[in-house]
Amino acid sequence: MASADGGAYSYSLTVFSPSGKLVQIEHALAAVSQGTTSLGIKASNGIVIATEKKSSSILIDDSVIEKVAVVCPNIGIVYSGMGPDFRILVTRARKSAQSYWKIHGEYPPTKVLTQEIATIMQQATQSGGVRPYGVSLLVAGWDVTRGPSLYQVDPSGSFWAWKASAIGRNMINAKTFLEKRYNDDISLEDAIHTALLTLKEGFEGQMTEKTIEIGVITVPTQTELEAGKVEGTGRYKPTFRKLTEEEVRDYLAL
Amino acid sequence: MSIMEYNGGSVIAMVGKDCVAIASDLRLGVQSLSISSNFQKIFPVTDRIYVGLPGLASDVTTLHEQFRYRVNMYTIKEEREIEPQTFAQMVSSTLYERRFGPYFIEPVIAGMQRTPSGSYEPFIAATDLIGCLNFAKDFVVAGTASSELFGAAEGLWEPDLEAEDLFETISQTLLNAVDRDTFSGWGAVVHVMTKDKVITRTLKGRMD
Repeated sequence: MASADGGAYSYSLTVFSPSGKLVQIEHALAAVSQGTTSLGIKASNGIVIATEKKSSSILIDDSVIEKVAVVCPNIGIVYSGMGPDFRILVTRARKSAQSYWKIHGEYPPTKVLTQEIATIMQQATQSGGVRPYGVSLLVAGWDVTRGPSLYQVDPSGSFWAWKASAIGRNMINAKTFLEKRYNDDISLEDAIHTALLTLKEGFEGQMTEKTIEIGVITVPTQTELEAGKVEGTGRYKPTFRKLTEEEVRDYLAL
Repeated sequence: MSIMEYNGGSVIAMVGKDCVAIASDLRLGVQSLSISSNFQKIFPVTDRIYVGLPGLASDVTTLHEQFRYRVNMYTIKEEREIEPQTFAQMVSSTLYERRFGPYFIEPVIAGMQRTPSGSYEPFIAATDLIGCLNFAKDFVVAGTASSELFGAAEGLWEPDLEAEDLFETISQTLLNAVDRDTFSGWGAVVHVMTKDKVITRTLKGRMD
């Protein structure tokens, strides 16, 4: 029973092993922990999510790779694990956000969208002919009711809210590092620097604006909230945005 | 014979100063035959939202149940109360789902909307039977007496009415409008909402 290959329970993902595990999900988690490190930190006035962007060859045009994705104007996500699986989830998440908008006339709160993504990931652990998603996600968002919130979603479909978390290779070290560095009244600027410092810990090679991707949630000020929609656009100012290469370079230089 | 005029009934909503009012008649009929003088067409959605559903009586019940279901699901899923603006969007999409076989109802929504600064401002909206939203700043009308209500409201409504004056204005508007419509009347109900309370009054009109 306890053979090196996982035994008879390794293949059908819907069958529990006698010890109560679904081994395919554990394998998916193993795929995640081989992926590049990503992390998220919640600050007093925002959230930062960051990841390392590593390409296997210098010949790859890395300006096209996108690992931090905008789901809707108030929510962004980053992943560790399998790129193609992430792409599918981003598409599904964006569609979900848009259909929420069509019904309610506003974008979903972070928790609702996270639940939606988690449901999609859970379904892949219980349906026939599919495998679990080989990714863990960090979802950063802002909404009126809950303010800034940071969630982690795993291949099993479980999700938690974090003040700071790391996923992928080196996640254990990165989390220990974050535990030492974190405090509740850290500012967004400090959080971005802490994020870069944490990534640096396990980084192989040179950290440049080409090998780092950062997304931030900026909590709107009371004046911005009361002003409402931005003149001429008919939309609210987005709270999530990706930092440009220039901005990343500036943060790395400090 | 229009199905929109089969059972009769009218609803109106008005904005005041830090308050909002919604009122309807109480008649249920089958064409010119009156059946009931206590047919409620206005329903509470949350503590801060009322919805009026004039139109085909069977669809009044169906839509009321549909909205209750959707609002309950929203409240559980989002762990918060729905805001009037969001509820109006929900009403609109519920109706548009039946674009080619619509509910014969023209909803009117009235509520107090929470602002980013934490205060409340009056909110009214109405839609046609396929969910086209009309966010008015003064008043909205619907039902068999809608053209009469428009006329009366145009003449009586003025900006920044206090709750008591708003009650008088909406009551007079409704009572005088339904008297000129065969399918509406037989008493009325008026809800006046401020940020912390709702006053509901039932009125007697010309009971003929």
